[in-house]
Amino acid sequence: MEQNNKRIGRHTVCLKKQPSIMGWYSTVGPKEGQGPLGNTFSEVIDDVLYEEQTWEKAESKLFKNSIDKLLINSKLSTDDIGYICGGDLLNQITSSCYAVSGFNIPFLGLFGACSTMAESLSVAGMLVDAGFSQYAIAATSSHFCSAEKQFRGPLELGSQRPPTSQWTVTGSGATLLAATAPQQFPKITHVTTGEILDYGINDAMNMGEAMAPAATATIAAHLKETGRPPAYYDLIITGDLGTLGSDIVRDLMKDEGYKLGENYTDCGAIIFDAQTQGTDCGGSGCACSASVLNGYILDRMMKKELNRVLFISTGALMSPLSIQQGQNILGIAHAVAIENIK
Amino acid sequence: MMNKQQYKEYLKTKEPKTNIVKNCILAFIVGGLICDVGQLAFNIYKGLGMSKDSVSTLTSITMIFIGALLTGLNVYDVIGKYGGAGSIVPITGFANSIVSPAMEFKKEGYIFGVGAKMFLIAGPVLVYGISTSVVVGIIYFILH
Repeated sequence: MEQNNKRIGRHTVCLKKQPSIMGWYSTVGPKEGQGPLGNTFSEVIDDVLYEEQTWEKAESKLFKNSIDKLLINSKLSTDDIGYICGGDLLNQITSSCYAVSGFNIPFLGLFGACSTMAESLSVAGMLVDAGFSQYAIAATSSHFCSAEKQFRGPLELGSQRPPTSQWTVTGSGATLLAATAPQQFPKITHVTTGEILDYGINDAMNMGEAMAPAATATIAAHLKETGRPPAYYDLIITGDLGTLGSDIVRDLMKDEGYKLGENYTDCGAIIFDAQTQGTDCGGSGCACSASVLNGYILDRMMKKELNRVLFISTGALMSPLSIQQGQNILGIAHAVAIENIK
Repeated sequence: MMNKQQYKEYLKTKEPKTNIVKNCILAFIVGGLICDVGQLAFNIYKGLGMSKDSVSTLTSITMIFIGALLTGLNVYDVIGKYGGAGSIVPITGFANSIVSPAMEFKKEGYIFGVGAKMFLIAGPVLVYGISTSVVVGIIYFILH
């Protein structure tokens, strides 16, 4: 049966129809706009409150804005879209729910913490590949202020951040997938879905350490199951391991028998300038990988500067309650192979 | 991949070390400066000829006011970034720990937001500080 040909390993499936990434949009906050990738985002807003009353509403508006602009640019109507797959970091993924509520598009809410972009792309990609919809949107958001409020403390609290801490990206990213497209676009060829890994980390100010084993496991699974070497890809990029976490992944991948070269980097490590922006180990949050994908990466793929990208979003699964109760932080990572197919 | 124990050992070699010497010096300087301001206030009130109790109380009130004001003006968190314990430990830090959640949770309203969550950070200090002083008081009473 056709379905059997699609699964090539325990974690990896091949999307035979190769859904096209027909559109993308990223909206980010001012700090991200001032960073090294500042001019690669579709839109930079000038105030983190985004003319709203609360951080949570601002985040929701960011989410909604990326989808709105994506639809306008693609010239599709909401009736054309079969599914929106998306999520965020907030309790009960309220940012996504309130953002999506006006669209009248069937919604699959997902929670993968910061791995949500790749997770949403995976689900949307599989839905389109299986023929359940011609078009689907994958989207996510995060907001520094709403994340601090939920996970850490009030913004004005005079506490010191350790050097392993990361800065939640304020922004959103939305990607439009199409079963067929009128012209050549980057295509999703494979999806590698990660398992939850518990490596005994319980320091909420050191996410990179918690997620690195999961990222390694997913990248290694993808390479083993596809039979591809790391050099096959022009870019292997993880979501938000930061400078410390990505360094750890290089070491862990060596143990797996893979040497990651210059083609490996991390969205969190490149989205901010730690020296001038005070972001310690780098960016984090769902919007970290989402905003870098839906601008910097996909634009370069359209220009053929990159032709084969392995995009891995990494998530730290926990809650403020689970931390207080002494539970470890779980890690998960999902990978999506995006290629320019001739 | 290495197991949990091996990973923990490996991480010890990777984690960036906090510059304890630099942090201690900064905490000392910032904490010292805050105490200098307190001493200045104390001297001013004493110079006005007030009673010992009034001088102490007014000094505390003044320092709490400064902590609250700087929190409201978005300045105290910047001081805390560099000062660490030097800005957390003095009474100004205590004011900051109450005013900052009050500001943050205003969006949830005055009852369930400000009212309920104002003591989110300072709560343990109040509970254990007051409880300890009650215990000490009982011990003192028994011994005397």
